[in-house]
Amino acid sequence: MAEPAPILQMRGIGKQFPGVKALDGVDFRLLPGEVHALMGENGAGKSTLIKVLTGVYDIDAGEIELRGARVAFSSPLAAQHAGISTVYQEVNLCANLSVAENIFIGREPRRLGRIQWKEMRRRAAELLSRLEIDIDVSAALSSYSLAVQQMVAIARAVDIDAQVLILDEPTSSLDASEVAQLFRVMRRLKEQGIAILFVSHFLDQIYEIADRMTILRNGRLVGEYLTSELSQVELVGKMIGRELADLERLEGKPMARQTPALVEADGLGRSGAIEPFTLTIHEGEVVGLAGLLGSGRTEVARLLFGADHAGSGTLRIGGEQVGLRTPRAAIRHHVAFCSENRRAEGLVPELTVRENIVLALQAARGWTRPIPRRRQDELVSKYVSALNIRPADPEQLVRNLSGGNQQKVMLARWLILEPRLLILDEPTRGIDVGAKAEIQRLVAELSDGGMAVLFISAELEEVLRLSHKVGVLRDRKLVAEIDNDERLTTDALTETIASGAAS
Amino acid sequence: MTTLTVPGRVRVPRKYVPVLVTAGLFLAMFAAGGIRYEGFATGQIILNVFIDNAFLLVVAVGMTFVILTGGIDLSVGSVVALSTMVAATLLKHGWSPWPVMLIVLLIGAVLGLGMGAIIHYFEIQPFIVTLAGMFLARGLCFTIDTESIPIDNSTFTAFAQTRIDLGGDMWISPSVVIAVVVVIAAAYVLHYTRFGRNVYATGGSEQSALLMGLPVARTKIGVYTISGFCSALGGLLLSFYMLSGYGLHAVGMELDAIAAVVIGGTLLTGGSGFLLGTVLGVLVLGLIQTIISFEGTLSSWWTRIFIGLLLFVFILLQRLFSARSRR
Repeated sequence: MAEPAPILQMRGIGKQFPGVKALDGVDFRLLPGEVHALMGENGAGKSTLIKVLTGVYDIDAGEIELRGARVAFSSPLAAQHAGISTVYQEVNLCANLSVAENIFIGREPRRLGRIQWKEMRRRAAELLSRLEIDIDVSAALSSYSLAVQQMVAIARAVDIDAQVLILDEPTSSLDASEVAQLFRVMRRLKEQGIAILFVSHFLDQIYEIADRMTILRNGRLVGEYLTSELSQVELVGKMIGRELADLERLEGKPMARQTPALVEADGLGRSGAIEPFTLTIHEGEVVGLAGLLGSGRTEVARLLFGADHAGSGTLRIGGEQVGLRTPRAAIRHHVAFCSENRRAEGLVPELTVRENIVLALQAARGWTRPIPRRRQDELVSKYVSALNIRPADPEQLVRNLSGGNQQKVMLARWLILEPRLLILDEPTRGIDVGAKAEIQRLVAELSDGGMAVLFISAELEEVLRLSHKVGVLRDRKLVAEIDNDERLTTDALTETIASGAAS
Repeated sequence: MTTLTVPGRVRVPRKYVPVLVTAGLFLAMFAAGGIRYEGFATGQIILNVFIDNAFLLVVAVGMTFVILTGGIDLSVGSVVALSTMVAATLLKHGWSPWPVMLIVLLIGAVLGLGMGAIIHYFEIQPFIVTLAGMFLARGLCFTIDTESIPIDNSTFTAFAQTRIDLGGDMWISPSVVIAVVVVIAAAYVLHYTRFGRNVYATGGSEQSALLMGLPVARTKIGVYTISGFCSALGGLLLSFYMLSGYGLHAVGMELDAIAAVVIGGTLLTGGSGFLLGTVLGVLVLGLIQTIISFEGTLSSWWTRIFIGLLLFVFILLQRLFSARSRR
């Protein structure tokens, strides 16, 4: 079968940032009617390639051809006009406006300058129903789930006569059924001949939807492959450029611990957030928390960290009863919390890696006792190398780091406090396989060193691989506490999450 | 994050709730006044509120545009004063009234345009830029004259003294007609034109609006221009009402306008609110003054106290709403 002519062709793309060569001689092409996955670790250059393509950045070298004509976009808007639309992970719509408006704003049907609301709503409903989405288009966008918002963003993109649709990690905050719905929409669009560039960290999803993939590593092209001709193991090998031994070394389950209890929560709860729960975490123990989104995982963590006040129950740390009224109090008791929302709640993107890392230590010491610069440099360089933070430049702004490396900076910040309990809320979400393995290995090492870890993750394999004990949450209630022995499998865990009882 | 798919339910949409609360408050105050005071529950009382606050209403309309984009305009009171001053001076020098009005409106719009452009292109907080504009306009008043300048132009006095009869012993001033026209035009613009929808979009998320390809620059500069224009028009209405130009006119009016907009249920963070709410906000403020004058023994400063209390209540209310809608 002859391949159709590519709708988009990028040749020899190069992009230089101060101190970093983000892209170097990358070729990329998109055929009409295909879903093309762009693969690579964090920092491999995926985002940069997309930004170069959509006119956010200029290119330093190479050329871009759209439908055979050479193009250079000055802004995302210019790219949009040429038929290249992008839907980002964070939905870039106005949640205060109605669904119909979000699809049509800027292009509202008008008569004599007057917006035809009825016509607009009708067309919006029609457009969405073609994508098999049945919602009230006059309701505010904010009243719908993220998945629906994303679909609305896609509907908007498609309606602007997009021929190339770029989906940048659209699935990272969606649940399984929402992902299925998104994929249905994508297949529809594919049938209409639209070329889709898809970025996701979930390999299974790539294999489900993508026809072809281009792999990047360290800003260079590794190659272009048909999905059907490349196994998952080969793919990961090409992405991280090394053998999978690193990943597999962790395969054995951790041994149970016989150590004194560090944290004892007894009947701890907060009405409306989490029902009273009793949980003991021993020194050097990794306790996993499993459960669906919104089941109360984060709420447990926030109570243990004093970010929310407990309405009932007692909390003992190291045998001493404590009332954690603020995160500061928790930090004094050597509890550290790496939040799920690293961008909004943890890191300060405008500060450097060094400043971000010493932030919590400085706060713990108090502002009247600044940490000497030499001590800062020592500490930071130690953790930058221990956690393999790239680029290994302490003076780089955190904003310029990739997601996985930002996560490591966050971890480093808490680790220099030498906590006794480290709470990790979704530490591996949205980061690539290599960084994931590094963080998992780090957790195992820390626990071997005697640190207790509360590990929250939506990925059950990960929870099982790391935890000595798994707490299962359902509907804001701790429904089961299961020792992670040979009998516990992801299936059993899924069963518990679904039914609410230990099997 | 925690929002799950909720089917759209049939009920009063949340966006209308603040306006309804204000409407309820207005009716309750009117009813309470009617029960307490002899001769209070008449249509003319409400019309008087309009007559005495027509200029505030016009200024508050401009402020609504600005606040809907998430900005603020502190210069409005000073621009009102400057407008009365410019009008009075030009009339004193024998200019004919219509060109005077045109020039005043033009000055207001240009001032607004300038501030909007600085806010947008230099990415400076609207608070700071309009604060500077406030000092500038107020200062300009006193370079023209430090004293009050009376207006005796026949057109202006006609605007001040004409009574438009509505029948049943009820009347309004021409200023009220102008204010009502402004409100209706502004409501149409906000609801039925692209510019109006861009105002809401910019207030909802400026970043998103940019990425959706909306003309954010034009919108932001546009709302400050409108606010400047409305302030100038408000200044003309005030000079009809006062028949003088004075640098100390409308001191603190920017705060009354902001209060009216907030009490009308418009979110200070932008993106949510209605012009009808602003109208109700102005009516509530006016009715408080009326009630206090009916009470007789209370000093007029009690108006401020009530406005202060009301503002607290409404800001808390907004906080509750926005907190709940994030859940």
